Amino acid sequence: MLITDPTKKLSFNRCISDGDLVIVYERHDIMKAVKVCENSVLQNRFGVFKHSDWIGKPFGSKVFSDKGGFVYLLAPTPELWTLVLSHRTQILYIADISFVIMYLEIVPGCLVLESGTGSGSLTTSLARAVAPTGHVYTFDFHEQRAASAREDFERTGISSLVTVGVRDIQGEGFPDDFVGMADSVFLDLPQPWLAIPSAGRMLKQDGILCSFSPCIEQVQRSCETLRSNFTDIRTFEVLLRTYEVREWKTDCSKVDEGGSVGFPPCKRRQPSNERSVQDNPSSLQVMARPSAESRGHTGYLTFARLKCLS
Amino acid sequence: MSQNKPQSDAIQNAKVTWEGCSVLLDINDGDRLVFSRLSAGSTLKIGNKNCSLQPLIGCPFGSLFQVENGKKGPYLSRIIPSTEDNNVQDKEDFQIKEESRDNRAIIDNNQAQNLTGEDIDEMRRQGATGNEIVEALIANSTTFEKKTQFSQEKYRRRKQKKYAPKVLLRRPFARSISEAYFKKYPVRIGFLRVDTLSLLLSMANIAPNSDVLVVDMIGGLLTGAVAERLGGTGFICNTYLGDTPYPMDIVRIFNFSNEICQRILRCSLNDLHSAQNGTCDQKQQLEGGCMLESQSNEQISLSATAEEVQLSSEDGLGLASDNDLSAVSKTCKAPKAGDKASKETIQLWKENGFSSLIIAAPEVDVWSFVKDLLPLLSYSAPFAIYHQYLQPLATCMHNLQVEKMAIGLQISEPWLREYQVLPSRTHPCMQMSATGGYILSGTRIYTG
Repeated sequence: MLITDPTKKLSFNRCISDGDLVIVYERHDIMKAVKVCENSVLQNRFGVFKHSDWIGKPFGSKVFSDKGGFVYLLAPTPELWTLVLSHRTQILYIADISFVIMYLEIVPGCLVLESGTGSGSLTTSLARAVAPTGHVYTFDFHEQRAASAREDFERTGISSLVTVGVRDIQGEGFPDDFVGMADSVFLDLPQPWLAIPSAGRMLKQDGILCSFSPCIEQVQRSCETLRSNFTDIRTFEVLLRTYEVREWKTDCSKVDEGGSVGFPPCKRRQPSNERSVQDNPSSLQVMARPSAESRGHTGYLTFARLKCLS
Repeated sequence: MSQNKPQSDAIQNAKVTWEGCSVLLDINDGDRLVFSRLSAGSTLKIGNKNCSLQPLIGCPFGSLFQVENGKKGPYLSRIIPSTEDNNVQDKEDFQIKEESRDNRAIIDNNQAQNLTGEDIDEMRRQGATGNEIVEALIANSTTFEKKTQFSQEKYRRRKQKKYAPKVLLRRPFARSISEAYFKKYPVRIGFLRVDTLSLLLSMANIAPNSDVLVVDMIGGLLTGAVAERLGGTGFICNTYLGDTPYPMDIVRIFNFSNEICQRILRCSLNDLHSAQNGTCDQKQQLEGGCMLESQSNEQISLSATAEEVQLSSEDGLGLASDNDLSAVSKTCKAPKAGDKASKETIQLWKENGFSSLIIAAPEVDVWSFVKDLLPLLSYSAPFAIYHQYLQPLATCMHNLQVEKMAIGLQISEPWLREYQVLPSRTHPCMQMSATGGYILSGTRIYTG
């Protein structure tokens, strides 16, 4: 997933080979991660796809089944991985993940501590952010879950950047080996206030902590604990609204059932013909509206910076 | 250059300031944000006083300073905060008691304060510290005791800001730079909010060792943010229409090492396309050369005139305007980013394709840009396009669907709300940004 081997770098000449991890894209909301294996097949509602047909094709290719159905084969990215990974726990999604990476000021070379590992959705993005010289140490108290996460990181090829430990961070704190070493710490724990004192000891001066909690009571309590050793304590909620785009006839009050794709390609919009489009009553117009359903809450993100005392 | 700079590879993660380093000064908890370059001669204007920034050199990022009155005038003095364990405990004990006071006894007749302006000036002449003046104001307020504890805190904070201003030393990162610009000069960065920027970087899969094609018409914020993520690996190709590159002054605020700056290259869209035929236009090469030359001229003339690095002006905004920034670049000798891409590099990009595309071009028709840029992207490479308006992205998305150039197309609009979290007083902040712009994201597919 990350470019540690230059020969694997995405390019016009980079073709799918045996052993590659590919994301099989059916629709924007139906995707699956598949390890390419010469003798294997993928079976879905479109029919049977032979992996051997995929080998030698560029990433981003459209491939067909025995029945003529098709899917696209994409190169994995942390964003796609978040959409296909197996949910062993509640996971973090792109809006929270992006904001966390930015707000924790994570750059290549950083040492980041995380607990719990959960399904490894955030971990994958953390690994991308610290690569190629940094490292993510992630801890989960659930032995089996930690093992599954380790397998996933092997599969996605980021295991050289991530170490998974089994440890109850709320109960024991982070290992003493990391005292004063961490650039940032991320907590996704039911009682984060128990881990905050330890997290504070791990951080370098001016280092940043983030705690993700679904409930405001958890935030309240975490903030009370944070006030003794941290400054710049800020709590956010971040959400995404997505939009549907359709082509409408402006003189018609009813939306065409075919949607945008069913229409013949409309004339390319030139910067100057915006007005003429409006003058013509029967012209087609592209319109957008928010999708009807959306995620209403994920969690609160609380950030705090270690007080600078020396 | 005998500056006491840390090793260049350590700059990216340095925890202590150095002479010539770019800093963000947060005055009074975010009331004012000033970017500055630390040098012996640089100053900061607070209220009507000019303070030297010299004491800030060599201090850890995160240090807090307070304005004190010295014999030679006001100066910045470092305060080491205590761990407030006891303090906090006291406060909490206090807060557990039900608040019984309210504002029924407060009459707004402007007679609550017994100290006059002359009294305060006199105190100052006698060398009273800012904190002492604040305490005196509280002691002489007839209404302070009647206020609720919350409004007492508010009163104290307000007076503190005026009489004992605090300066917090911050390291400029994409986060703080984008927040500061969004707060003070949103137009210059096309109203791109920090969460939107963070999403652009994720959606375009900005990762070390990637070759990123960037259209940055927001002053260099996008280029800087991408470069920060690449950390001196891969390449940024900052491309532009026509002959004049878009300005990217904001890049200089990031404390980028030479290694990182060398990874930021410029190449006109024409050159990117003409390189496809293997014939790089001679004329354009010349123009590129001229462009670089004129830049260095500008720098020389500035070093002759600008004596001190002072970004803040009377308006109290203090964010570097274009001129100020250039002035900064002279003392700082910040490594220069944005060299013209060599023929060989362009050829490599042409052969391999870019691994990501990010566009923030508020003033250009998005689709006309995208239809030219997308073919330069590797198959299966992601792209993310920012716009402050929805419609251009909707049109672009529709065209991409019709032309079957990309899949996974989605328009997203981020929403960000900050909370006040205090015991029994937790609620969303009263003011919030209503829009951070829109993003069109997707993945290029193989159409061959």
